[in-house]
Amino acid sequence: MDTFLGRYKNLIVLAAILFIQIIALAVQVHRPTQGGDTRLLRLWAISAVTPVETAVVHTQKWVNDIWKNYAYLRGVRRENRELRAEIDRMKVEDARYAEDARMARRVQALLAFKEQYVDTTVAAQVIGTSGSEQSRILYLDKGLTDGIKQDMAVITPAGIVGKIVQVFPDSSQVLPINDQFSGVGAALKSSRLQGILRGSSNGVTTLQYVMSDEKVEPGEEVITSGGDRIFPKGLPVGKVVSVEPGKDLFLNIRVVPSARLDQVEEVLVVTKITEKMPDGKDLGPLRASDILAERLPTVPAKPEVDAAGKPKTGAPSGTASGTTPAMGTGTAAAHAGAAPTSPANKPATGNSTAAAPKSNGAATATHGTPISTTAGSAGTQKAPKPAAADGTRPAGTVAKPLNGTGTATAPHASTTTPAPGPSPANRPANGNETTPPSKRSKPAPEQPPNPNPQPLSPPPNGEQPPQ
Amino acid sequence: MPFRGSLTSRDQVAVYEFGWPAIIFIPLVAVLIQIFILGKIPFLAAINLPFMVTIFFAVARRNPISGCLTGCAIGLIQDLFAGPHHPLGMYGIALTIIGYSASSLGLKIDVENPGSRFIITYIFFVAHQGIYYGVAHGLLGQVQQWSWSHVAVSALANAVIGIFVFKFLDRFKQR
Repeated sequence: MDTFLGRYKNLIVLAAILFIQIIALAVQVHRPTQGGDTRLLRLWAISAVTPVETAVVHTQKWVNDIWKNYAYLRGVRRENRELRAEIDRMKVEDARYAEDARMARRVQALLAFKEQYVDTTVAAQVIGTSGSEQSRILYLDKGLTDGIKQDMAVITPAGIVGKIVQVFPDSSQVLPINDQFSGVGAALKSSRLQGILRGSSNGVTTLQYVMSDEKVEPGEEVITSGGDRIFPKGLPVGKVVSVEPGKDLFLNIRVVPSARLDQVEEVLVVTKITEKMPDGKDLGPLRASDILAERLPTVPAKPEVDAAGKPKTGAPSGTASGTTPAMGTGTAAAHAGAAPTSPANKPATGNSTAAAPKSNGAATATHGTPISTTAGSAGTQKAPKPAAADGTRPAGTVAKPLNGTGTATAPHASTTTPAPGPSPANRPANGNETTPPSKRSKPAPEQPPNPNPQPLSPPPNGEQPPQ
Repeated sequence: MPFRGSLTSRDQVAVYEFGWPAIIFIPLVAVLIQIFILGKIPFLAAINLPFMVTIFFAVARRNPISGCLTGCAIGLIQDLFAGPHHPLGMYGIALTIIGYSASSLGLKIDVENPGSRFIITYIFFVAHQGIYYGVAHGLLGQVQQWSWSHVAVSALANAVIGIFVFKFLDRFKQR
């Protein structure tokens, strides 16, 4: 026996050490740590190391800052000029986006959508990594004492980084989105297709569970969908770089993250997300059209029939199908807006008689800009999109039923606010009132009729609108 | 005849010792450099300094038991910092086997010259990746991607860097 042990001593020791570690692995897999439970060994090791590393990183940053802020200032004047030009350009863009945002908030308020807002964040510095390619964990210099908790989102201005997986007193671990254990609810920005963004052991991120019959183009932006309840909706995630047919009827969409995950130094930990309804108080006075829009039915009303069971004449012959969310049931309220930068030719809403910009023969209401009219058969109209364009007012109602000749009829002036300046009209374009009387909106007595009505659009058939 | 089949002479297979500070601090510093410096630099993330230190100690001491104990200790320290989805023991098992194999090999061949160090590091890096893959995939059921090209390039980088690292660590050897 002694001979056996002496002869195979090395192998026996090796087998014993491996056996102990395999048993330890089995125990850990059987009882995985969850809910912030941290193994004591890890806690000790990380708590012992991170203060030193934090000090080193901060010292390094201090030296870097001194160099960058005082010693190395070459090209700052030129950069300053460029940045000023950039600011001027962005101010113009900002005005346009603000207008769009106001409109979106009005619609959200009307539809009782709750929005998620990133309320408070904590800036943190990346002080380390897991040190291996197999695990992409990042270490932050902020922990429990700074209010960091598990499952908080970690972002940069460029895009999302990951989520907090473990918190220690003065540090925390981030699971980046390219780690193989990561999963983020994501959506394609333009097509709104939703999927799950997953990392892999080699650091490649893919958007999964998008059906293979969907069309996804490389270059399309990916944003958070909010479905994981960790990341607020709409944060940039990355861009699609390749799309290949995958297995199980799903596409294999490779995404390159917007944030440089391998070079990230400073991050923001989202410590508080609030959900609130958009406040409509600062979005302008509530108008009759808004109230109408809130009361709109979601199912289009059947056309009226006479005693013989035939549709009444006067109803538009080529009306839209009305299956889209209606903002107006034939009531007239296309009002002129004041913002010239608002998108023109946005679809006017309406469930049965609305004009659709994408349809033939549709005349759309715009504010301050002439309405584009395309002559065509009204019978080929498609359902309009739900949004209504108005720079400053809710686009609650539309108004303009098309008659069979492709001309647009204007809304009742009594239901709309007079437009400032030369407005498109609150009047019928050709006098063919196609809205059934039963669906007309009640006039808003406090709104005076447009004193200077303009024709909505030049009718294609040359008719002059009645004065 | 303890070194039967050896490819080297008895003079070349000298056994080295290290002071306790070197035994304790060199692996620790290697792990810390790996975690806080190499991991943050993208093109250096493939370099595995704790792995190199394991091989260095194993081939220098030429004792399989101390080789596998050193590998086990360094691997477990690496595991401590690898995150909650990385159970303790994954690197531990891999480096235990590597430490044992390297010290056993050190008994048979000359590991003092740069050429043999390059080859040893290259081969053992591939073996290390394979063992880790086996543990993660076979024992834990984790989905791991194996790329021969990536492993080959990483092994090459580690072998080249390893020559310089070994040269530096030679200063801590004691006869």
